[in-house]
Amino acid sequence: MGAGEIEVLCTLTDATVTVMPADTVSVTGWGRTAPTTARLVHPCTYEEAAAAVRGWGTRGGIPRGLGRAYGDAAQNAGGAVLDMTGLDRIHAIDVDGGTVLCDAGVSLHRLMEVLLPLGWFVPVTPGTRYVTVGGAIGADIHGKNHHVSGSFARHVLSFELLTADGGIRTVGRGTPLFDATAGGMGLTGVILTATVRLQPVATSLMSVDTERAADLDDLMARLTATDHRYRYSVAWIDLLARGTSMGRSVLTRGDHAPLDALPARARRHPLAFRPGQFPSAPAFLPEGLLGRTTVGLFNELWYRKAPRARAGELQKISTFFHPLDGVPHWNRVYGRGGFVQYQFVVGYGQEEALRRIVQRISVRRCPSFLAVLKRFGEGDPGWLSFPMPGWTLALDIPANLPGLGTFLDELDEEVAAADGRVYLAKDARLRPELLAEMYPRLGEFQSLRRELDPRGVFTSDLSRRLGL
Amino acid sequence: MKDAFGIPQSLLILGGTSEIALATARRLIVRRTRTVWLAGRPSPALEQAAEQLRGMGADVRTVAFDALDSESHETVLGKVFAEGDVDMVLLAFGVLGDQARDENEPLSAVRVAQTNYTGAVSAGLVCARALQTQGHGSLVVLSSVAGERARRSNFIYGSSKAGLDAFAQGLGDALHGTGVHVMVVRPGFVRTRMTAGLPQAPLATTPEAVATAVETGLRRRSETVWVPGALRLVMAALRHAPRAVFRRLPI
Repeated sequence: MGAGEIEVLCTLTDATVTVMPADTVSVTGWGRTAPTTARLVHPCTYEEAAAAVRGWGTRGGIPRGLGRAYGDAAQNAGGAVLDMTGLDRIHAIDVDGGTVLCDAGVSLHRLMEVLLPLGWFVPVTPGTRYVTVGGAIGADIHGKNHHVSGSFARHVLSFELLTADGGIRTVGRGTPLFDATAGGMGLTGVILTATVRLQPVATSLMSVDTERAADLDDLMARLTATDHRYRYSVAWIDLLARGTSMGRSVLTRGDHAPLDALPARARRHPLAFRPGQFPSAPAFLPEGLLGRTTVGLFNELWYRKAPRARAGELQKISTFFHPLDGVPHWNRVYGRGGFVQYQFVVGYGQEEALRRIVQRISVRRCPSFLAVLKRFGEGDPGWLSFPMPGWTLALDIPANLPGLGTFLDELDEEVAAADGRVYLAKDARLRPELLAEMYPRLGEFQSLRRELDPRGVFTSDLSRRLGL
Repeated sequence: MKDAFGIPQSLLILGGTSEIALATARRLIVRRTRTVWLAGRPSPALEQAAEQLRGMGADVRTVAFDALDSESHETVLGKVFAEGDVDMVLLAFGVLGDQARDENEPLSAVRVAQTNYTGAVSAGLVCARALQTQGHGSLVVLSSVAGERARRSNFIYGSSKAGLDAFAQGLGDALHGTGVHVMVVRPGFVRTRMTAGLPQAPLATTPEAVATAVETGLRRRSETVWVPGALRLVMAALRHAPRAVFRRLPI
């Protein structure tokens, strides 16, 4: 499948240069911190993308999808940013075998719209559907099924990569370029198309078990004991709770509902995908809406409203996986100052470090209402891929919180000392010296980059900040 | 690059012996800053300042820079920017002058104006262009409350800072949306070498307090920072005081 497209890609010539729309704009990540200015280029064809890459000047460029990376991964001060969302065609779907060949700019939302009626689902989805396939590979994203299914790149069979020389290569699994690109934050080249293996589903509903955990130890015990029974598992954790209830949580775990679990009415359209949406968050909101009081109140209510134990509740895909997608631009609730998302993983056996970190966050009263804890399964071979077997905690914090920078630096030290790491797709503030400790294969990544891209054509604010 | 909290990794200080600037550098080095350029007239004090910052683990280089020699700014500063991105420029040079003497020696008064204002205009514009080219960075300008409303006791210095302040505000608006952030810092009376021997004014502050305010301003991406913050209100009142009253105030 798709052989025709690949032939065409490989015979690109310079003759097909066209004038592309480009505008100079201020760009930030989803956290809306550290804005920088770049030329935003909107290619609609592979030829235009290749022409853009060949024409980049000394400050280089970086591909960008839907801008859901929280930090500075998809911005490039003074250079170019390649808006990939114009390359959004789905080329071929193998309905029997369960694979899809699509452009890198296709969003997981679009894939769900197209694939669910056919009985297929994306292999991995993060907390938002609004990420592109290219971004999913570049950040090697994970979802609630990581303990079973691994990260996104595990399900990618091959992709087409536009490299710094302007050429296009087909990259298959098991090659160094594949492993450098999976989690490589767009720095090895521009993914143009990808072939992805899909997950079969009988219905578009989820069967969800909910339970509460009274504290962190209870939570970890429950996750350890029964996670293997569920394909999807995550725990929302109240990081403002103190004392004996520190780490109290609500676990939501489940799987795709089988057809016979649906009520008769729903069985008529078992694969319908109707996410539904609220109005957007307003463009200007004051800062400090999410302070300790409001978040504390929210967390209290959220915990109390969750059932102590409930099994087999049917939920929509959007409710289970992507509750925040219901409010477009929800990131605006943090106001002009934006927010920082901190996500780290520490391996199994490092539970003490996790406990210390949760305690520090709780003692410091960081107002975080979007904190989740999850157990990861086996890691994948991506050199800069984030997941590894262990515990991962993700939390959002308003960037304006005084002293937050120093506090997160201290958490980094704990994480690094426990042989853990932080997630680059969410990072906007890591101390560069810690990167090599956290990602032992950083050296290989850097030398592959030097070889493949000696002039540094692919550059982002993230790569400048951390010396990637 | 600056991080999510606006802390720069590389810093260029114009006026490399300024106590406020060095206090700021020390504070930023503790957080993230690794590369520091100290631009100033070559002197043992400049080298000493560099040595002190090196002791904190930063890579510090000095560069010969004279605020009065506007023609050289393009070349001197161009070389610094050619070495790599500068995430933050701290425009910190300035002289207080001696009001009583300067009133009788127009040439020394002009020196104050040239250092504080025209020197800053040329250096500021050179840096602004370079920052705009790199698409990011903060230009932090040390102004003064003295520039908010000229006082009888130091209007030569005050008028030069008033010019600088207005220039920096306008530059900030010109650069809005270019990725370059211009922040005007208006400290009150700061206890430094420059003010040694002067009678201390109310709401006096320290270089360290100014440094803290700069760090906070960077995090908030502020456009104007008063140190201490109470001066914002005090000066709002003084700005509207009638001339006849203002003239008689013991300030």
